[in-house]
Amino acid sequence: MGLSIDLDLFPLIAALLAAISCGLLGNFLVLRRLSLMGDAISHSVLPGLVIAFVLTASRSPLAMFTGALAAGVSTVLLVELVKRLGRVEPGAAMGVVFSVLFALGVLLLEVSDTSGVDLDAECVLHGQLETLVWYGAPQTWGELWQQGSLSAVPQQVWTLLLMLVLAAGFVGAMFKELRIAAFDPALSTTLGFSATGLHLALMVFVAGATVASFEAVGSILVIAMLICPAATARLLTDRLASQLIVSVLVAIASCVLGYIAASAVPAWFGLDSVNAAGSMAVMAGAVLTLAVFASPRHGVIARRWRLHAMGRSIARDDLLASLYRAAEAMTELPPRAHDSVRGSLVREGLIDDATDSLTAAGKAEAQRVIRRHRLWESYLADQVGLAPDHVHETAERLEHLRLAPTGEPPTDPHGKPIPPEPPA
Amino acid sequence: MAEAFEVLTLQGGYNTTVVVLGTAMLGLAAGVVGVFALLRKRSLMADALSHAALPGVAGAFLAASALDMTGRTLPVLLIGATVTGVLGVLSIQWLVRATRLREDAAIGIVLSVFFGAGIVLLSYIQKNAPEGAAGLSHFIYGQTAAMSAADAKLMAVLATLSVVAAGLLLKEFTLVCFNDTFAAVDGWPVSLIDLLMMALVVVVTVAGLQAVGLIMVVAMLIIPPVAARFWTDRAAVLIALSGAIGALSGYLGASASAVLPDAPAGSVIVLTAGTIFAISSLAAPKRGVIASTYRHLNLRLRIAGDHVLEKAFAHKAQDGGQLGAPELAAVARHQGWPAWFAVVIRWSLRGRGLARANKGGGVEVLASGLARGATVRRNHRLWEQYLVSYADIAPSHVDWSVDQVEHVLSEPLITELESLLRARGIAVPGAAVDGASA
Repeated sequence: MGLSIDLDLFPLIAALLAAISCGLLGNFLVLRRLSLMGDAISHSVLPGLVIAFVLTASRSPLAMFTGALAAGVSTVLLVELVKRLGRVEPGAAMGVVFSVLFALGVLLLEVSDTSGVDLDAECVLHGQLETLVWYGAPQTWGELWQQGSLSAVPQQVWTLLLMLVLAAGFVGAMFKELRIAAFDPALSTTLGFSATGLHLALMVFVAGATVASFEAVGSILVIAMLICPAATARLLTDRLASQLIVSVLVAIASCVLGYIAASAVPAWFGLDSVNAAGSMAVMAGAVLTLAVFASPRHGVIARRWRLHAMGRSIARDDLLASLYRAAEAMTELPPRAHDSVRGSLVREGLIDDATDSLTAAGKAEAQRVIRRHRLWESYLADQVGLAPDHVHETAERLEHLRLAPTGEPPTDPHGKPIPPEPPA
Repeated sequence: MAEAFEVLTLQGGYNTTVVVLGTAMLGLAAGVVGVFALLRKRSLMADALSHAALPGVAGAFLAASALDMTGRTLPVLLIGATVTGVLGVLSIQWLVRATRLREDAAIGIVLSVFFGAGIVLLSYIQKNAPEGAAGLSHFIYGQTAAMSAADAKLMAVLATLSVVAAGLLLKEFTLVCFNDTFAAVDGWPVSLIDLLMMALVVVVTVAGLQAVGLIMVVAMLIIPPVAARFWTDRAAVLIALSGAIGALSGYLGASASAVLPDAPAGSVIVLTAGTIFAISSLAAPKRGVIASTYRHLNLRLRIAGDHVLEKAFAHKAQDGGQLGAPELAAVARHQGWPAWFAVVIRWSLRGRGLARANKGGGVEVLASGLARGATVRRNHRLWEQYLVSYADIAPSHVDWSVDQVEHVLSEPLITELESLLRARGIAVPGAAVDGASA
């Protein structure tokens, strides 16, 4: 496949670790309609980084992390403040806070003398996955197991691993509470788990994951991984536990596919590799698009198909019922175009093509529809109290449900006999 | 100082003047257009739109290079930006309509995926056609200080366009922003009007992108309308104010960055807008934090004072309006006030001339205070009676809600309550001048 240990191992591991932490935490953001918090936080960590650098005059990881985390948490608090005190709509509140903080960061960056270090807005946004090269790495995967030593692992990978362990621990330990708070914050608070407190804790973790990730993988991948895998999983499942698992799998798949697309695919055409973080974001989008269309329950195709199937089944019921009524009243139906619904009923032996009338099997099927229709009519007239001339339209819809009210009235409100249930 | 004055009066040299006027014009255009985004709750749509423009810029550059055109011709790049930007906005709307995902997730998805694609293309250009990459990254970070006269003219055109469009279509825009269902029922072409508003946002965003960069466009679309919203509840005033705030931020910010060494113009402009936002959110007369906190505290004090006065009125027969420290403490305990709050109430009652300090560390409630106490007691019983007889609340359940309401009943409401109760033949609580009846 063309992946090599020295160039590709650590970038891929770093991206995977970041993606899994973000993917896990993102589930709760998406459910609580806070997807864009990651976006806001990742923009506004910049001033925190610069201030930490100016204060400590070093680029030590701890200082950077503390500064960025402080900035991330203040973003969350500021957004809440603007939202509550100013009664500003949440999206606008986020927009105000993160754009001002980002501008502050850029200004501080220019004014303070940080030009000597590699700290710029570009690195924050795009990430530097490609720089995690393992110099002197073993050349084959077999050698890796023999002589790979932990000391070669870059510090960013350790940070990300720690973050993943913390995030997974948080989600695992607080799963029950997070679930209640995500779906019903008021219930959670009345049960004694402050929804606001959980929200803040979650935000601290999001800020932490953002900060731990951005240096290695860039904020664009963080934003993509906070939202896309969780959104994809939400389209694929209705249970939170399985949603968490699916989102992690999607995050992993997006990373691996994106990395291959960024480094291996261009190599086949003799081109240089492109930005891996961006490519992973695109892959996350591609996986999501696939889920939007092909999800078995919530997908566009499945929903279209269900709608189509329901339309056909209603058309069948209606055609059978109209033939039954015509036979009952001993009139001829006006000739109608032979459509595909009639065609399939003829093939199933429910309609006799030559005489354009119901066969025995067709009559039984039609009888069921008519029975349901007239049972609903009498129910609506007797129990609901609608006027007899108002019940037909509603019964016309309800007859297509495969259920009918109980009771055995002999006739419907119009005096027509209610046929018995035909033998199966 | 002299330099600052020169810049502000547009005498700070040709380039500076161009930048100051150009950003002021962009601020005006974005401020006006941003109001519609805010009112339609689409502030972050502008964010997604500007991120989604990036792959278009890079793609247009690649396409133009492949066709042997000079890749950096601005119109081509702008067309590319518009195409993917609009595609991004349409994707958001489609995702919200066709799936169970909410708008915030849809915006985040489009923003990150499109921007990711843009970064991929940019990194490709950087490695394979490095001469073009520098020009393209301006679309992200902007280059406000290097704005050309042509850019400034474009901004002026945009500003005129936005102001004219907002002026001519004010009624339609406002209608759709506040009640699109009613607008549709009333026969207005809602989607067309909506599209027009979105188109204005797109045009301003795309044109602003290459001049001042991504974050600043987003900031200028979002911050001025939110800041202006604090000052007014009328759409026309809001649009005018927002435009003015945008223009002022551009003008002051660009001027400040011209004077200050090293300060990037884009950031200073955003921070100026942010400062105006902060001032507005604090100091606006009706919706500002200071004013609403003041009102809130005032109400809280008045209500708390009412409780004390009511108590004094109830005990009038025994001690003629004298409340000792133990009685005050009892009220405080009953209401759950901390000790210091009781002190504040005493002070506030004295300040309002309703009571004065007495020897026992309590208060002596004066005649005016006792009258207020009587009114409160009567309101309490009026509302209680109303809840029992009209709202069908069990008598044992009324007290709690009554305690909240008795302080805020207005004169017309009291008259209405009285007539409602009389209409049912229920005894209206008397004017309760004598405390014994309580």
